[in-house]
Amino acid sequence: MISLEEAKQWSCDACDKPLVMREVVFLYLNGTFHVDLPACPECDLVLINEELAMGKMAEVEGILEDK
Amino acid sequence: MEKEQRIAWEAKCTQDEPPACSSGCPLHIDVRQFMQKLTDGDNKAAYQTLKKTMPFPGILGRICDRPCEAACRRQEAGEALAIGALERFCVEHYGGPDPVKPLPRKRWKVAVLGTGMAGLTAALDMLNKGLQVTIYEQAQQLGSALRSYPKNVLPAAVIDAELAVLNALRATLHLGTQCDTATFTGLVETFDAIFVDGQATSSWSLPLQKETNGRIVIDALTAATAEQGVFAGGEPDPSQGYSPIMEAYAGRKGALSIERFLQKATIDYNRENEGPYPTRLSTNLEGIEASNRAMPDQLTDEAVRAEASRCMQCECLECVKHCDYLKKYKKHPKPYIRQIFNNEKVLHGAGHTANKFVNSCSLCGLCAQVCPNGLSMGDVCLESRQTMVRENFMPDSAHEFALQDLEFSRSEAFSLCRHAPGFEESAYLYFPSCQLCSSSPGEVMESYRFLRENLEGGVGLMLACCGAPAYWDGRQELFTEIIGELRQQWQEMGGPQVISACSSCQQLFQDHLPEIPVKSLWQILEMPKLKKALPAASLPAKTVAVIDPCATRHNPKVQQGVRQAVTELGLTIEELDYSGETAQCCGYGGLVFNANPDLNEEQLSCRAKASDHDYLAYCAMCRDQMAAAGKPTAHLIELLFGENDNGDPWQRGFLSWSERRENRARVKEVLGRHLWGEEPQLPETYQEMILHLDIETQRSVDRRRILLDDIRQVIDQSEAEGRRLIDKNNGRRLASRALGKVNFWVEYAPQGGGFQIFNAYSHRMNVTGVK
Repeated sequence: MISLEEAKQWSCDACDKPLVMREVVFLYLNGTFHVDLPACPECDLVLINEELAMGKMAEVEGILEDK
Repeated sequence: MEKEQRIAWEAKCTQDEPPACSSGCPLHIDVRQFMQKLTDGDNKAAYQTLKKTMPFPGILGRICDRPCEAACRRQEAGEALAIGALERFCVEHYGGPDPVKPLPRKRWKVAVLGTGMAGLTAALDMLNKGLQVTIYEQAQQLGSALRSYPKNVLPAAVIDAELAVLNALRATLHLGTQCDTATFTGLVETFDAIFVDGQATSSWSLPLQKETNGRIVIDALTAATAEQGVFAGGEPDPSQGYSPIMEAYAGRKGALSIERFLQKATIDYNRENEGPYPTRLSTNLEGIEASNRAMPDQLTDEAVRAEASRCMQCECLECVKHCDYLKKYKKHPKPYIRQIFNNEKVLHGAGHTANKFVNSCSLCGLCAQVCPNGLSMGDVCLESRQTMVRENFMPDSAHEFALQDLEFSRSEAFSLCRHAPGFEESAYLYFPSCQLCSSSPGEVMESYRFLRENLEGGVGLMLACCGAPAYWDGRQELFTEIIGELRQQWQEMGGPQVISACSSCQQLFQDHLPEIPVKSLWQILEMPKLKKALPAASLPAKTVAVIDPCATRHNPKVQQGVRQAVTELGLTIEELDYSGETAQCCGYGGLVFNANPDLNEEQLSCRAKASDHDYLAYCAMCRDQMAAAGKPTAHLIELLFGENDNGDPWQRGFLSWSERRENRARVKEVLGRHLWGEEPQLPETYQEMILHLDIETQRSVDRRRILLDDIRQVIDQSEAEGRRLIDKNNGRRLASRALGKVNFWVEYAPQGGGFQIFNAYSHRMNVTGVK
């Protein structure tokens, strides 16, 4: 979803840690999804970029709302 | 949606009804498809279309007496199609003999007496249902009555080849037989059921009850005689004469009755539309060019194709032709009504079927206007939305942004209701509407000044939302609360005449607050004293296309008044194809802009191309929506009360949702302070944050329905807590914050005393864990 290359571009400002790939759990309308995404190893802050939010996530939200 | 309501709505949509040629045909041959196949040059498929419904197509295709031609609607624009000649051509050149597949036999044994078209058809249909059929014929060969046709019309070889199917289907034949009362009684005892071809057995003395003219007495719907298990038909109606197709229909009717009789099913159930009947299908022939037959003596494939292509392929689809929304979803209303009903009553919303479809209708009423039966998809969709809200399966994303905008209009930031300064009462109450204040705040304030100065008895002001977004969303409880507040405020103002500058508000008042007298601002400005006082127009002469708001569809007075005002301003009017009663919605109506922005953009793009002239609107949302689509569009209020600083109100373009809120707040703030000495509410600290966005970013975040205040709140939290990501390459910050049910992300960097915004986006999914 988000490449490691792109993840390396970002770091967590509060923890001053580079992001690492972690399994993130999403919930929407009783649907749960597990996705590997870059996140802070310490405070769990997850990176969701524009492409993911406006692309795949919007698509899944639409499907769940109108399946 | 209750079942009775569904049935009533479905009955209004006639698209699924057969065309007149098919319903006029006793066997309901699909003539429309037959013609389409011939037009496509697929003559084999055309033959298969005939064969699907027509018994012995090689025979009937040659001798049919063509009631379809009498029903053909082409004759309202030229000559009826030569259906009979084309059928004959098709069976002559592309017809059978066709391969036969005998079915597994059922236990029932039936007899057919006589082999005219009725007896033959009954026998064939019953063989095709797997019954064991025995045929009795007094002549030495089947179909003796058919053999009197001239050879060039119906050759004997064709009859033999076509009737060979009966042998192939394992019918038992008794040729050259006679039947008297005793024989008949024996047959009744031997067989489970009998079909009597009355015409072909007229010389037999059968113990069946007869009418005075000698015809066997039968039930018109089922062909049942008074004798249990005996069915009959095929004797010509004396008033109409011999008709091979009616005989075939008599046989088919008898065969179906016998099948039901044997299965002990209800014989007369749902048989009203058997045989010829007038169709309910509406077909608009407007714009159809007249054409006549051009049939050479010797038909060729080309001549057949040319004649078939005269078929108008009768259908209704009036609503689909005129409504971009139905066009986009491709189907006519009837299947959607069933789908919506099933979603509510069968799936109880669990399937979320058709939610987006239901929320993509603008509820504008154009479909009802053009539908021959007045079917309104708006009514269907609105009722469905009310159910979705009530039963809690309306998706938040559909209308949440619009409802938040409504709440802003109801908040202290905008709402106000006052008598004019110096007045204790109001003869009039100006209700400019929330969206006109969003779009033209200066003109709203100037028009209020004008009304105060030129109307007697005091002109109060009400800044509020009429509740339309709640109504369109199906939120009945909220809508009732809002109109209750409006009613109470109006009563507290002494029940004045309301002056509305928004046609949607006016329509809502008229429909839901009928006790409140409402006139449009444009009607009020027609009063002689006000007309005289209006500032002199200083517009260059030009032609404009007036875009009527859909809410004025049934208000011709307002439409005419606007045209008069526009003409008096020195402008020339071009009428659009869709205007007046057929006005189209800009997509704000029904909240389409929120629920289906892609569809809305397509609608606007299409509307923008309807004329090369600039547009003139008298609905704020029409103005802003068309302008956002890139079409130069001015609002009438700008021409009447605008300062026209730039000299050309048509050049005013896109307006963001954030600006719309700022403008509303400005109207309240300026008028409150100047007229009533009220100090505005102090803004929240974050609202004072200065943001810098280039125009592209502005358009992007606005299209995503992200407000500048949303961005400010994200940054406010990020700066306070430091919880954010940092781009190592350029130091930009990426922060997110959940506001309500939406998670917003902002990419930004400090700049001067404020922040430069590079991007903003949102999603509704929530992160619930990180492993």
